[in-house]
Amino acid sequence: MGDHGHDHKPGFFARWFCSTNHKDIGTLYIIFSIIAGLIGGLFSMIMRLELQEPGVQYLLTSAGDPNGHLWNVIISAHGLIMVFFVVMPGLIGGFGNWFVPLMIGAPDMAFPRLNNISFWLIVPAFFLLIASAFIGVTETTTGAGTGWTVYPPLSTSGHPGMSVDLAIFALHLAGASSILGAANFITTIFNMRAPGMTLHKMPLFVWAMLVTSFLLVLAVPVLGGAITMLLTDRNFGTSFFVPEGGGDPILYQHLFWFFGHPEVYIMILPAFGIVSHIVSTFSKKPIFGYLGMAYAMVSIGVVGFVVWAHHMYTAGMSVDTEAYFTAATLIIAVPTGIKIFSWIATMWGGTIDFKTPMLWAIGFIFLFTVGGVTGVVLANSGVDTVLHDTYYVVAHFHYVLSLGAVFALFAGFYYWIGKISGRMYPEWMGKLHFWMTFIGVNVTFFPQHFLGLNGMPRRIVDYPSDAEYASWADWNLISSYGAYLAGLSTIWFVFVVFYTLLAGKKASANYWDVQPQSFTLEWSVSSPPPFHQFDIQPMVK
Amino acid sequence: MKKSFFVRVLSGGLPALGFAFFAMTGPAMAETFGIGLPVSATDSAQRINDFHDMLLVIITGIVIFVLALLLYVIARFNAKANPVPSKTTHNVMLEIVWTIIPVVILIIIAVPSFQLLYKNERIENPEMTLKITGAQWYWIYDYPDHGDINFTSYMIPNDKIDTAKGEKRLLSTDNKVVLPVGVTIQALVTSGPTDVIHSWAMPRFGIKTDAVPGRINHTWFRINKPGAYYGQCSELCGKDHSYMPIEVWAVEKPVFEEWAAMAKEDADKAQAWIQANHNPAAKVAGVAVPPAPASEVAEPSVPEEPAGAEPETQTVPEGETSKGSDE
Repeated sequence: MGDHGHDHKPGFFARWFCSTNHKDIGTLYIIFSIIAGLIGGLFSMIMRLELQEPGVQYLLTSAGDPNGHLWNVIISAHGLIMVFFVVMPGLIGGFGNWFVPLMIGAPDMAFPRLNNISFWLIVPAFFLLIASAFIGVTETTTGAGTGWTVYPPLSTSGHPGMSVDLAIFALHLAGASSILGAANFITTIFNMRAPGMTLHKMPLFVWAMLVTSFLLVLAVPVLGGAITMLLTDRNFGTSFFVPEGGGDPILYQHLFWFFGHPEVYIMILPAFGIVSHIVSTFSKKPIFGYLGMAYAMVSIGVVGFVVWAHHMYTAGMSVDTEAYFTAATLIIAVPTGIKIFSWIATMWGGTIDFKTPMLWAIGFIFLFTVGGVTGVVLANSGVDTVLHDTYYVVAHFHYVLSLGAVFALFAGFYYWIGKISGRMYPEWMGKLHFWMTFIGVNVTFFPQHFLGLNGMPRRIVDYPSDAEYASWADWNLISSYGAYLAGLSTIWFVFVVFYTLLAGKKASANYWDVQPQSFTLEWSVSSPPPFHQFDIQPMVK
Repeated sequence: MKKSFFVRVLSGGLPALGFAFFAMTGPAMAETFGIGLPVSATDSAQRINDFHDMLLVIITGIVIFVLALLLYVIARFNAKANPVPSKTTHNVMLEIVWTIIPVVILIIIAVPSFQLLYKNERIENPEMTLKITGAQWYWIYDYPDHGDINFTSYMIPNDKIDTAKGEKRLLSTDNKVVLPVGVTIQALVTSGPTDVIHSWAMPRFGIKTDAVPGRINHTWFRINKPGAYYGQCSELCGKDHSYMPIEVWAVEKPVFEEWAAMAKEDADKAQAWIQANHNPAAKVAGVAVPPAPASEVAEPSVPEEPAGAEPETQTVPEGETSKGSDE
């Protein structure tokens, strides 16, 4: 390995295919996440194109009939790709790998080869998922049209053929990748912090990654068990979820959401971490209420494990159970509120510089608030009766994920691309990207609240066009226009990436002029950092 | 649908931006750019609408408060306005306050939320039972209290939609779920043992209950007004998930009894009779029902009792009338 502090990079194949360097693996994750994001985004463009007007215009069988199954395959693929192959690899594998070791003053991750296999498990997982979309006997059985939740019996008796098996294998691999990555982060964070960096001095992004990793280690195995039971129900005659054999389809829903709810915090906690650093840096102020911020994330992680059945209010639970899950879910608003107010308090009295990452971070704070309050509405079982599985839910989770987690991905990208690549993006290009996206996604998703209140169900390929339902067509049309703008902004983003890498100005070590009160160790090394950083172990006061 | 797109945006879309004050439950169902919950047809749905209105005020207040703070911070503490940053790192009092106040708000939400949940869950002496079975991709309805009436309900294909009868694309079904108004109905919802999960949703009743193979879910409703009510399957159930709607025709009790008596003998004949003589869908759409008496055409809103009462005095057998009501 590298000696005497001078970069000693392996050859191309060894460096990128057998990589053990956390920065290279992080780069691979970021590239993977962007590519998967473009594919998942393409699916959303198809969806908005189809829903733009009533009637089925594009998703037709070769005979010209509406192909509802193809629609289901597209929405399922969109969800699975965005969750497992865009947000998680981007935030955790990408920024986590890059900046956890740098921020804690470690030379690399604790298990570099484990890190390598974490990445190389997710690539075949993605190929399996893509392959599942093409396997099938007839047009209306090709691909897994199960939704990202893969509920049985639709995913068992409802899907003959191998598509769902392949999708399950994809989730197995992606899950194994996440668990291994999480174990690596926990070990790294607990054992490899620079001398003097106690847990209570750890940067918030590292805190976020630590909590996220624990959520992954506790939640993903439950998903693994559930989908393995699905697999044996499908292929080996077991009946875990088959009522005729004494099983229960609702059991799967409990198992899935025991994973699925922590999963949404897995996607948003790293975003919280990134936003905290950006707000502090560009306000030139220390994080307000650091301990409160750290323990708010811990409590969100803990409470996140006991609220899962709020996804199942209509499935048929006892009223007392529903009351419990309503109360538990409402409680999550408290630590989330602490975070929102602490970010604003961090800006309060600051000297705010509205660079591109700061725009994304402020956008995140506001839009996450909007998504959060609709979550408070949905938490109430009594109201969720009418809103469950409508576009109100779609609007809610896109506000917290598409306008939350994805905003944080872009915020992190603009904040750190100089550090990662050694080159700066042109400020105006980043700002243009922000405003196009901000307007586009709000025009896309805000009207979907109205659609949901009006009663439009999720996951339908066509919707009524009667005069009484004219508002459905109106809001869908506006939503589609917004999506096209967001799509354009994504193409612009790809251009910005290439421009930055090929022609961006050289970045200095501390190109944001991060002040001592916001300083984290990644700003102490060059941009890009040396192949092996911290030859002399840093000390934290 | 006649106004141009931009006129509709200006007339409906812009006020919608004032989310708080315009998204209140109103006659949204029939409006272009409707932005609220649909008009309730049951007391349960009205309770949901009222609670949602309260929530909307609270969450709008929170969003406006956060937005105002952000805008103030942006205006007051930008690099130009405030060149020297403060060094504050924490303020225990402030942190306690912004923990306690959300807790108080949540308690204000939770109390009526639980009241709503328990009130809507509790069924008071069901007078009749409707069994609903989901199937790929239609619904099966049973009326066990009315001589085991049983029929299936499929969506009317797009090319067979007859708007003159008030039929709606993707919403109208061949057989209607005929139910009486003012009667507490318990619904037992399930799905075929080898079928998949569906969900029986009726927004204007405040009802959504999953139809799960191997279990019977229970819900109830009491319809206040006659009319045609529409819902759609609300759990992904395969390729024709978009094509298994629910159409309930709520009629006055005597009409229902007459229909039930007829349906007990011949479900198809009873459907043909009710669709020819008591079509609330056509009235809602403001279209005359071809075979209906002229008096009905003048009143496009709520069906009148006399019009419906007329034929039933002749055809309903006495025994059937009492059978339905003594449950």
